[in-house]
Parts: sequence; C-alpha cells; structure tokens
Amino acid sequence: MSQPAPPASAPSPAVSSRPLVVLRGVEKRYGAGTLAVRGVDLAIGAGDFVALLGPSGCGKSTVLRMIAGLIAPSAGTIDWPQAAHDAAGVAQPRLGFVFQEPTLMPWTTAVGNVALPLRLAGVARAERLARAAEALRRVGLAGFERAYPRALSGGMKMRVSIARALVTRPDILLMDEPFAALDEITRFRLNNDLLEIWRQTGVTVVFVTHSVFESVYLARRVAVMAARPGRIVREIAIDAPYPRGEAFRTSAEYAAFCRTVSGALGEAIAA
Amino acid sequence: MSEATLTRLAEEPPAPAARRALGLPAGTWPRILMPLLIGVLALSAWEIAVRVNEVPHYVLPPPSVIWATLRADWGTLSASLGITLQITFAALAVAALLGLALAVLFAQSKWIELSLFPYAVVLQVTPIVAIAPLIIVWVDDIRLALLICAWIVAFFPILSNTTLGLNSADHNLVDLFRLYRASRFQELVFLRLPSALPLFLAGLRISGGLALIGAIVAEFVAGTGGRASGLAYRILEAGYQLQIPRMFAALLLICASGIAIFLALGLVQHLALRRWHESALRREG
Repeated sequence: MSQPAPPASAPSPAVSSRPLVVLRGVEKRYGAGTLAVRGVDLAIGAGDFVALLGPSGCGKSTVLRMIAGLIAPSAGTIDWPQAAHDAAGVAQPRLGFVFQEPTLMPWTTAVGNVALPLRLAGVARAERLARAAEALRRVGLAGFERAYPRALSGGMKMRVSIARALVTRPDILLMDEPFAALDEITRFRLNNDLLEIWRQTGVTVVFVTHSVFESVYLARRVAVMAARPGRIVREIAIDAPYPRGEAFRTSAEYAAFCRTVSGALGEAIAA
Repeated sequence: MSEATLTRLAEEPPAPAARRALGLPAGTWPRILMPLLIGVLALSAWEIAVRVNEVPHYVLPPPSVIWATLRADWGTLSASLGITLQITFAALAVAALLGLALAVLFAQSKWIELSLFPYAVVLQVTPIVAIAPLIIVWVDDIRLALLICAWIVAFFPILSNTTLGLNSADHNLVDLFRLYRASRFQELVFLRLPSALPLFLAGLRISGGLALIGAIVAEFVAGTGGRASGLAYRILEAGYQLQIPRMFAALLLICASGIAIFLALGLVQHLALRRWHESALRREG
C-alpha cells in the first residue's frame, strides 16, 4: 500500500491532503460525435471513498473506465501525482477494478481467479497462491479456495471479484455498480463488508452507483452526475462518522443526507 | 464477517446413492436399453423376412450371415480397418493442429482472417470427390494423398469453431487483462484459448466423423489394390465379386468405427469440461 495503514483505534481512515488522482476538464466524445462526458473536474485524495451517482446513461461508467485507463479521454487530463511513471512518462498506478458482473473465469477455481493479476505480473506460484488465499480470507471466503465459480452464489462470486481486485494491494479500487444485480439483503451485507475492508486496508475507493441510499451509506463524498452530456453537477460531503452500521442506516442523519442527495439528483435529471 | 453467514454452496452436491441401479445412475439404463431393444427387433425382423421370403444372399444377406462373414473374413477386414483408421486419425490430428494454429493466427489480426478465411471456405465447399482425383494424381504417395483428402474434409469445423471461440472471450475479462498490462501471449494462453476450448472440442467431435468419411471417399476414388488397402476398397472388391455379405460386413465396421470415434471424442469433451462448462454439467434439482 502506498499509504500507511491507519491505527486500529481510528474511527475512520485518514484522507491524505495530497490527491491520488486528479481529473481536469475530462471529456469523452465517441466516434459519431456524441459527447458522453463533458468537463469533469474531480480530485480524489488517497484513502478517500467517493461515490459517482447518476441516472443510467450519464457517463459515470465512462468516467470510471477513463480513470482505469481502459478508454482514453478525448480532452482533458488525468494525473496521478503519487504514482510511479514509466520511461515514457505514463503513470502506472496500481488499480483494482470490479465490474457489474463478477467477470470470473469459469474454467478455474476461486483461488485461481483471485491469483490472476499476480500471475500476469509474474509472481511465483507459491507466493501468488498464498496471497490469493489471504485475499479470499479478507472477503470472508476462507475455505472456498477450490470452488469453481458455478458453485458459488451471486454474492460469493462478487466477493471473489473483490478479492481479485484487492490481491495486488492496489492504490485505488474502482467499482462499477458492483452490487446492482444482487438482492437487497446480500447488498447490505456486502456494503458493510466493503466498508470494513476499506477501513482495514486504507485503499481509495471510487464507487459508481445509481442508488442514492447506497451512495450515502458508503461514501465520504458523493459526486452527483447529470446526463446528456454526462457531467458532475454537485459534490456533497457525507459528514457522518465511520464505522457506519445498521444504526446509521436507520438514523435521522442518514435520512437527511438521503434527502439532500436525492434532491440534487432530481435537479440533475431535470436539468 | 463470519463464515457462518455464508451458505456452503461450494460443496459438491452429494451423489444420490439410492437412485443407482447396477452401478449406473437411474435414467441411464433406459437410454441404453431402449435403442438396444429397437435394434434387436429390427435385426430379428430382417432375419425373419429374408428367411421366410427366401431372398438370395447376393441381394440381401440376413444379419446372421453378415456376422458369420465378418468372423470368417476378420483377417482381411481388420487389416483394412486398421489402414482406414490410421488415415482417419492422422487426418484428424493434422486437422486439429492446423485448425488450431490457423485459428490462433486469425485471432492475431483481423487482416489475416479477412484475407485467408475465404480460402478456407473454398476448401470446405468444394466436393471432395471432385478434387480427390487431382490430389491422387499430384501426390505420389497414395497414403499421403488419402490423408490430404480426409484432412480437407475434416479441418473446417475445427478452424471455424476455434476462430469463433477465440473471438468470444468475455469483453470485461479482456478489459481486465488490459488493466493488468497482460502481454498478447498471456491473453492468448490464459484467456482466449480456455474460452475457445468448448467450441474447439465441439468442432473436433464433428471433424472426427468427417475425417472417417473423407478417408473412405478418398479410398473409393483412389481404388488402391494390394495389401495396403482400406475398407472402401474391400467394399468395391466385394461388389465386383458379388460377395454382398462381405460388403455389409465392411459397412458394419465403418459404422461401428464412426460411432466409436463420436463417443470417444464425446468422452474427451466431457472429461475436459466437466468441472466448469454448462454443456457438461448435470442439471440439478
């Protein structure tokens, strides 16, 4: 990890004042001239938990994929001030990515899937299996190392996917509506476990969602996006202490934040 | 989070021990017995019809005579069977290797695929009986000529299936490999080849039968005589000599070989995919 782990007694992870990644005037125009994303400015500090919230088609996944380097912005810059850079000056941040679907390789076991990033990086077999088993334990899947994806439930597959994203000890965890396809009970449980993992590892999280409730429950900061063209219309700080649990989910404070964010989203959709 | 909150779904469902009969799962026996029953009925009807109507054996021999001929001529017929199977398996092996290699080449560049794929189609749609005489003229070694003919018939399903399989890897997984800066070789070995395996094996299963057909057709065209001749030549020879029971015996061997190849490749497919692919999984519940 690029930043020291927070002391165990800390109520919430410390956010570094130095940003991990900075987006300036980022724009994405597709071949036919459609403007998917316009003028996105966003600074994400190390250790932060940022939710990108917006209606479907607002370009929130596009922003996430540009941060991941999977698609190149048409205009604007994405800088990684703290990351290593290669000889050509291209930033080489350590990324973890979780897709909406678990996106596992069906032909290999849970531990084989989690070990994939290490295998691609040329880590020796014994070390990568040990680290993959450790990552599985962290997401609550100890004992399921040898299970094939088809034998796992939807929630467990998503846990494997999160373990795979964490196994390289990334600087930043990019999550693209990871729990949208799960039932509510499983989603609540995974929300809590994700917060616990965030607290333990201090990893920076960017979490794309279309759920107001999920964004308020998880994030320290919610960036509300509007569609056509996709842009960030408002940033709302969720100043509630961590750890957040079921008590927070039923509190008046939570309801108030949800109302604020919901109102902002309503304006964004109307705009 | 506690492990107790997770249901232990990953465990293999216990085999229903009570629902087995004579070592095979219940439900398998009807699948074996019913076709067998139909076969026995048809053969009996054939035997009786030939005997009652006193049909001469050179028109239609009864199953009992075909069986007797098969046993009497086993020496010649089994030698011919061996030759035909040699050509079949050699053609299948070359088809699998070249089909796979070409498909991997196609996957490297859209341009290579665009340029070469039409010629693979030309090879596929040209009837083998039309080009076999040419190949037999051009290639001195008759065994090699037969192998080439069988290969032409067999290789297309493997090529087209594997090409499709290599191109149908999960897009998100492709993105994931790019995210971790995987080399093209890593992407091929760890992602595209495993993704293509089910379709490659399905192609192999089709090609197994086609290789046998290709070998037999080529033998018919070549009509090689002497010691080293395959089953097709035995059929031609028996036809000239009006030894119809022997024709049937050779035919029986060809059918049995085709079925055996199909079943064997099905077993290979099952063993390779049983742990993960939908096609090889038993439906539960």
